[in-house]
Amino acid sequence: MAGFLFRRLLNYVVLIVVATSLAYMLAAGALNPRANYEGRNPPIPPAVIDARLTELNLNDRTPMFERYLTWAGGVVRGDFGKMVTGGSVNEDLARRIGVTLRLITIGLVLGSVTGVLVGAYAAVRQYGAFDRVSTGASFFVLAIPTVVLANMLIIAAVWVNGLLPQPIVYVSGEFSAGLTGGFWARAVDRIQHLILPTISLSLGLIAIYSRYQRNMMLDVLGADFIRTAMAKGLRRRTALIKHALRTALIPAVTYFAFTFGSLLVGTTFTEKIFGWHGMGEQLVNSIYTNDVNSVAAISCFAAFAVLVASLASDVLHAVLDPRVRVG
Amino acid sequence: MSIADEEHAEELAGVGRIGTPSRLRVVAGRFFRSGQGRIGFALLTAMFLLAFAGPHLSKWGYTDKDFTAFLAPPSAEHWWGTLQTGADVYAVTLRGMQKSLIVGLLAAVVGTGLAAVVGAFAGYFLGWTDRTLMWVTDLLLVLPAFLILAIMSPLFAEGQWLLFVLMLALFLWMVTSKIVRSMTISLKEREFIHAARFMGVHPMKIIFRHVIPNLSSLLIVDATLNVSAAILTETSLSYFGFGIQPPDVSMGSLIADGARTAVYAPWTFWFCAGLLVVTVLAVNLVGDSLRDAFDPTAKRNR
Repeated sequence: MAGFLFRRLLNYVVLIVVATSLAYMLAAGALNPRANYEGRNPPIPPAVIDARLTELNLNDRTPMFERYLTWAGGVVRGDFGKMVTGGSVNEDLARRIGVTLRLITIGLVLGSVTGVLVGAYAAVRQYGAFDRVSTGASFFVLAIPTVVLANMLIIAAVWVNGLLPQPIVYVSGEFSAGLTGGFWARAVDRIQHLILPTISLSLGLIAIYSRYQRNMMLDVLGADFIRTAMAKGLRRRTALIKHALRTALIPAVTYFAFTFGSLLVGTTFTEKIFGWHGMGEQLVNSIYTNDVNSVAAISCFAAFAVLVASLASDVLHAVLDPRVRVG
Repeated sequence: MSIADEEHAEELAGVGRIGTPSRLRVVAGRFFRSGQGRIGFALLTAMFLLAFAGPHLSKWGYTDKDFTAFLAPPSAEHWWGTLQTGADVYAVTLRGMQKSLIVGLLAAVVGTGLAAVVGAFAGYFLGWTDRTLMWVTDLLLVLPAFLILAIMSPLFAEGQWLLFVLMLALFLWMVTSKIVRSMTISLKEREFIHAARFMGVHPMKIIFRHVIPNLSSLLIVDATLNVSAAILTETSLSYFGFGIQPPDVSMGSLIADGARTAVYAPWTFWFCAGLLVVTVLAVNLVGDSLRDAFDPTAKRNR
């Protein structure tokens, strides 16, 4: 078992290294930081541009492999290099990582728990009104891209706020700047800012998980072991929750690793549209500003996050399925 | 009896077998019996008609600008109103839809084809081929598609949208290829594959003539669902300016423009957002019904 885990971890590390290097090479090849300095008025002398780009390790006159080695040498020591503005990528991302993780964690927990519950309930009451409505709604939600959903939420929020004497939800940023007041006032303010991004992030997850969980649950509900559990005297509710839901959760947990990547992308859109200063926003901005080092650092984070998610889904799988632990 | 005679006899016998329905007819029958399939198909046909025949009904082209009407509400002159630039919303939306549909279809077909070939090769040959191909699959699963496509966006400028389609397809095939691989492994042990192998048929021929056609139902369903995935990815990329580049338009770039003026000029946002949602919904409905139609054991529970 230890050997298996070790090999798996080693494979993950190799994947992260290759993925990040590939992202760096692509970014260094496709993005053009020189364009940031050219065409200015008054024009900057080429020698000055060269010196500045070399200082940032972004000079396209240096062979790409050499730039890669310089960058990789820094990364090994834990330094992701400098942004085009001259600041340290590490400091910038350290500030942003918390914002993104807060948003993802809240959206993920809310989305997956609600989705699983909705799907399980729909399966138990198959063909009932709830089942029909939730199936129809999830089909509809899955057809709406995150960028459209986020904008629809903003339009709706602006409309609702216009009807009320005082806005109840805010459409931009993480908190109001310069807000005075105690802990509660600040907490309420943060929640008002959090509502719309969370909905935009978790609605798609709820739709995916509810459909998936419903199908899994339907497969399990007809199984012999549920009949046995109820035959030996368990109440229906207990049998459904302890036996059916637990068994039906196993495939959903495996599915979790697959959806995590798309969740990261969804977070990017949500952050950018709602003006949260997280990793996702920085990703879009860094491509606009030809910031190669930031792009590479964010790809490293994304690859790492996807692999942690797949590791977590392995662990959850083992917790839920005794066969994995014993076998 | 020579081989030609045998074929002739089979042809003769075939005349008497007309009564047995073909697989296509069975699947089509099941597909159109479900309400979901009928609605999806009708919607999708309507969307295609609108996107490809619709532009001929209006006198405005997608590059035309009406300098007498900026941000005008829908009227007899401009059926769906105009944008801030004076462009006709009806014309540009349909142009964007054409682009999104073509990009989605092409990317889905290429992506599924890639999934079939990679999965079948890995599952059929196993060993090193399998390990290498599956490692590449894992690598692409780890790399966020949006990020890579966004980085490469400067390369898609100046009408290089076919390259964009290829890159989009490159990130659509991983999960399916894993399914194809595991199905190939079990298919490999079936008698007809054994027979072909012992007769000395070339492995390539076995893969393309026997393995992949036997997975066709999975692949058709997958290709359909990939169309909606590709359209969604394309829209999101174009929204941020990383996909289809101006002067060409796509649903994503139109939605990005519309969202800025949506509060006071709703027609700039809702027509193209609505059409996009309906298109993706129709594709998903068709894909879902196809899956049910191909799989006779599937529960008719929807």
